[in-house]
Amino acid sequence: MRLTKKSDQPSATSNTSGLGLSRRRFLQNSGIAAGGVATAGMMAPGMMQQAQAAIVPTGAPTEVKRTICTHCSVGCGVYAEVQNGIWTGQEPAFDHPFNLGAHCAKGAAVREHGHGDRRLKYPMKLVDGQWKKLSWEQAIDEVGDKMLQVRQESGPDSVYWLGSAKFSNEQAYLFRKYAALWGTNNVDHQARICHSTTVAGVANTWGYGAMTNSFNDIHFSKSIILIGSNPAEAHPVAMQHILRAKERNKAHIICVDPRFTRTAAHANEYIRIRPGSDVAFVWGLLWHIFENGWEDDQFIQQRVYGMEEVREEVSKWTPEEVENVSGVKGDQMRRAAKELAENRPGTIIWCMGGTQHTTGNNNTRAYCILMLALGNMGKSGGGTNIFRGHDNVQGATDLGILSHTLPGYYGLSDGAWKHWSKVWDVDLEWLQNRFDQKVYRKLKPINNKGIPVSRWIDGVLEDKAQIDQKDNLRVMVCWGHAVNSQTRGVEMKKAIEKLDTLVIVDPYPTHAAVMSDRKDGVYLLPACTQFETSGSVTASNRSIQWRDQVIEPLFESKPDHEIMNLFANKLGFGEELFKNIEIKNGQPVIEDITREINKGMWTIGYTGQSPERLKLHQKNWHTFNYDTLKGEGGPISGEYYGMPWPCWGTAEQGHPGTPILYDTSKPVAEGGLTFRARFGVEREGQNLLAENSFSKDSDIRDGYPEFSDKLLKKLGWWNDLTAEEKAQAEGKNWKTDLSGGIQRVAIKHGCSPFGNAKARAVVWTFPDKVPLHREPLYTPRRDLVSKYPTWDDSESMYRLPTLYKSIQDKDLSKEYPIILTSGRLVEYEGGGEETRSNPWLAELQQEMFVEVNPVDANNMGFRDGDDVWVEGAEGGKVRVKALVTRRVDEGVVFMPFHFGGHFQGKDLTDKYPKGAAPYVTGEAANTATTYGYDPVTQMQETKVTLCRINKATA
Amino acid sequence: MAKMKFLCDSKRCIECNGCVTACKNENNVEWGIQRRRVVTINDGEPGETSISVACMHCTDAPCMAVCPTDVFYQTEDGIVLHNKDGCIGCGYCLFACPFGAPQFPSDAAFGERGKMDKCTFCAGGPEEDNSPEEKAKYGANRIAEGKLPMCAEMCSTKALLAGDAAEVSDIFRERVIYRGHNDGAWAQTTLQNETDLAYDATQPKA
Repeated sequence: MRLTKKSDQPSATSNTSGLGLSRRRFLQNSGIAAGGVATAGMMAPGMMQQAQAAIVPTGAPTEVKRTICTHCSVGCGVYAEVQNGIWTGQEPAFDHPFNLGAHCAKGAAVREHGHGDRRLKYPMKLVDGQWKKLSWEQAIDEVGDKMLQVRQESGPDSVYWLGSAKFSNEQAYLFRKYAALWGTNNVDHQARICHSTTVAGVANTWGYGAMTNSFNDIHFSKSIILIGSNPAEAHPVAMQHILRAKERNKAHIICVDPRFTRTAAHANEYIRIRPGSDVAFVWGLLWHIFENGWEDDQFIQQRVYGMEEVREEVSKWTPEEVENVSGVKGDQMRRAAKELAENRPGTIIWCMGGTQHTTGNNNTRAYCILMLALGNMGKSGGGTNIFRGHDNVQGATDLGILSHTLPGYYGLSDGAWKHWSKVWDVDLEWLQNRFDQKVYRKLKPINNKGIPVSRWIDGVLEDKAQIDQKDNLRVMVCWGHAVNSQTRGVEMKKAIEKLDTLVIVDPYPTHAAVMSDRKDGVYLLPACTQFETSGSVTASNRSIQWRDQVIEPLFESKPDHEIMNLFANKLGFGEELFKNIEIKNGQPVIEDITREINKGMWTIGYTGQSPERLKLHQKNWHTFNYDTLKGEGGPISGEYYGMPWPCWGTAEQGHPGTPILYDTSKPVAEGGLTFRARFGVEREGQNLLAENSFSKDSDIRDGYPEFSDKLLKKLGWWNDLTAEEKAQAEGKNWKTDLSGGIQRVAIKHGCSPFGNAKARAVVWTFPDKVPLHREPLYTPRRDLVSKYPTWDDSESMYRLPTLYKSIQDKDLSKEYPIILTSGRLVEYEGGGEETRSNPWLAELQQEMFVEVNPVDANNMGFRDGDDVWVEGAEGGKVRVKALVTRRVDEGVVFMPFHFGGHFQGKDLTDKYPKGAAPYVTGEAANTATTYGYDPVTQMQETKVTLCRINKATA
Repeated sequence: MAKMKFLCDSKRCIECNGCVTACKNENNVEWGIQRRRVVTINDGEPGETSISVACMHCTDAPCMAVCPTDVFYQTEDGIVLHNKDGCIGCGYCLFACPFGAPQFPSDAAFGERGKMDKCTFCAGGPEEDNSPEEKAKYGANRIAEGKLPMCAEMCSTKALLAGDAAEVSDIFRERVIYRGHNDGAWAQTTLQNETDLAYDATQPKA
């Protein structure tokens, strides 16, 4: 590859030849479109620099702030240097235990957030197709009046509150509480379309739905199998840990993916599977494991329920059938299974490639079962290391910005509302009356799951008689969300056009602001980034980290919690929302919110991480061990960095956090744990509790159920409670006792507050008890449909009719013969609005493209660098550049999903408010993606659909 | 005296471009110029290998040899720097450089190209250390602050190493020993039946 710079001038001719060497060749050949952007791009950073030079005198004192990268969930530490309030420097945090100063392209470019020249600068609204500036007061008034009107006419469920994984923990918690006080469960965020199937599948297997170990703990792995995960692009700093295991621990790395990814290039073995055949593949591995007796019998006998039923299903997955369904040959399957068996402890890593499927909940459970069979759970070097996406998607999930639960996975039952209304100190009856009181399918809206983010478009477009609520959605609030990360772009455009009002609260205008033909009824409210406020953030490994405020909010933007305060007051529930939270200068005090979180989140142990403890950890990054994350000496010796949840009991109890879930080799008081007793104590006469397995120093030398006042009394431990604790603990259990006494006493006796049970390989409450392979809704393998059909259509899931069989039954494989899958690029994140607005990143990826195998390109009659139309099976189409590469297999094409600002061939860049268009725009991959939702969580299908490709003419 | 060098460990480089944006960030490099680039061979196929490339600060630098206005100079630490004031934008250095390090803000011919720009090993230029003039023309001077180039300091997998050649080779040597196999050093993956691409001057090229 030539090392010359790319053209920075618009050129008259577009050079389209020879793009094949690398996707970054686009840089040099990016003729007309990108050249134009480049010229504009040269202006802004230069001007910004001049502005800074004028404000910051040489030698102005430098303040160093400690913050955390806002891009992915690895949680890399950042030293931000600030002079006279301007972010002038970024230094590597060599002493941060997760990244040792390292960053990927995004992390190394976060200082650009301090420029923000493409940000949305003030509140705006669309009037006759033109963006008009508004004051904050006017914006809140107009939007608020509209909401109150819709509430009056259609009920509180007709306003949709779409929150964000970009919130801090405090903002996330406040947002869920805010939606509850508005009176709806129509509140959700990106976790729905990220790892919802993981959370459901994994939590239903052994208790909690999170990454069990940590990035650092991978150092101890002897084998690493990555399936549907590409950390080299999505979590680059995780590769630091993975490669360390490979080099120092001789870990054997197996990368399973339909594409030969950048991660695959560093693996010992690459296995190419057909998209959507994960369960078949995992059962294929288990077939060899069972056949050769490589499973961990003792572990299964002591800590796993239902493995026999799995064995039965696995026996059908002979090497021949696995090859037929997934495309992987028997000898490669056997070799992989043998490597995993011979190299224990081993870990499995998965991401969106596994979760974003109609069958996502089956995939995630199959991965768990593989680790259970090998006895890899609850061990250093083992575990299911599930890498979350956004920087705070773990925290936002934990704090319940979800339509099916309140914070802490308490659910929506009457008991859950009782618990939280007590924590919030609001009257339960008042709260219940905030909701629509009618009953739909035997459920009141307060107890019924709301519409998930993946389906909001159906909430707008579906016949309202078919929806389990009063009316369609009429006002949509996208509060930190990129709609181009969602499937079915063409229908989304229709939905946006049908809405009464679209409200976008975001640092950037986003694709949603421009994709529709609306001429009015769109509001843009500028939120600031997490660098412009402070608060806590939960990394993928469950560690909670504190962020300093680096700079003041830019332009007229405001922190999200301040905007929530403005709206809550306008909408009439500000007093209840902030009952125990002080408002200072219009801003709710973050630490007060953290303390309220501590007060209620007993289920997953967000109770011990007080703001004071979090700040102390933040100031002592250097004292934590790089491999174990344990504090060694210093003020917090013995605690684990960020007190990974569960951090049991109250802050005063000083629990160190739990670095590895379900690790029985440590006492619970020192971070040990058992599997959670969540599913009862017995089923069909079989014991569900652990047998002869318990955490170190446990007073109960066997399995036990979850702790409650009754169990304490039965065990004779009731009097270990103080009189004060007793008063609060009476009639309560470990989840609802606000004194923390029940948890304290359980831990004192070496027990896990949530019990000690077996993990379950069989989830009898799910559509498929044992995970089954089911063909995707849009599959080219029609011969497999009758043998592995999808589910029947459902009249109602999450309030909406949901289709399966009726879609799969239509054979579209002739018209649309190619599998379309999607994924990430390292330079961009999510919908890409923020990263495409950062010139340092945007310069590196200027063109939206589709990866096509040379055989398919030749058969379909186009060449590398040609413009092509990719048309999805439901008719949505995108015009993109062809990148011909063997990275993808024949019959499979790939598109990155970060682009936006074009729609079906039309460039919409001019429709952004002036000066707020990203440097790079392009077709959104999801304009071409199709229907398909997981039956447990309503996860969208982005990884397997069908398409056809034609060369674009003119 | 230290001899400053870069080394990119191709077994570690994942083409994340962290080095590229770290450089942009630290030196305020304008759009269109990339002092550092990541080069990938066999992209998307077994054997895919990446390295990060910038000015290699050659001991006997060809750019210095060909410059008609003699703007280049080498610091005591072996860092190759240049004086933009004397640069006439002729582009000879670009033709002489085997790594494509020198770049120009404009594509036009000769003097119209503008002043040449390249990696400074984060060591600024001839102006006073860390003066506003130096910062505006060349970017950061981390060496004067006792720090190393930002690209290497921020590398996501610690693939890109920078510093005194002796130290850099010690780190790399230790890694090769840990890896413990004959292809543990440069290039190529450990996939079955793949030959090592490592450059070995004693062997004829395969």
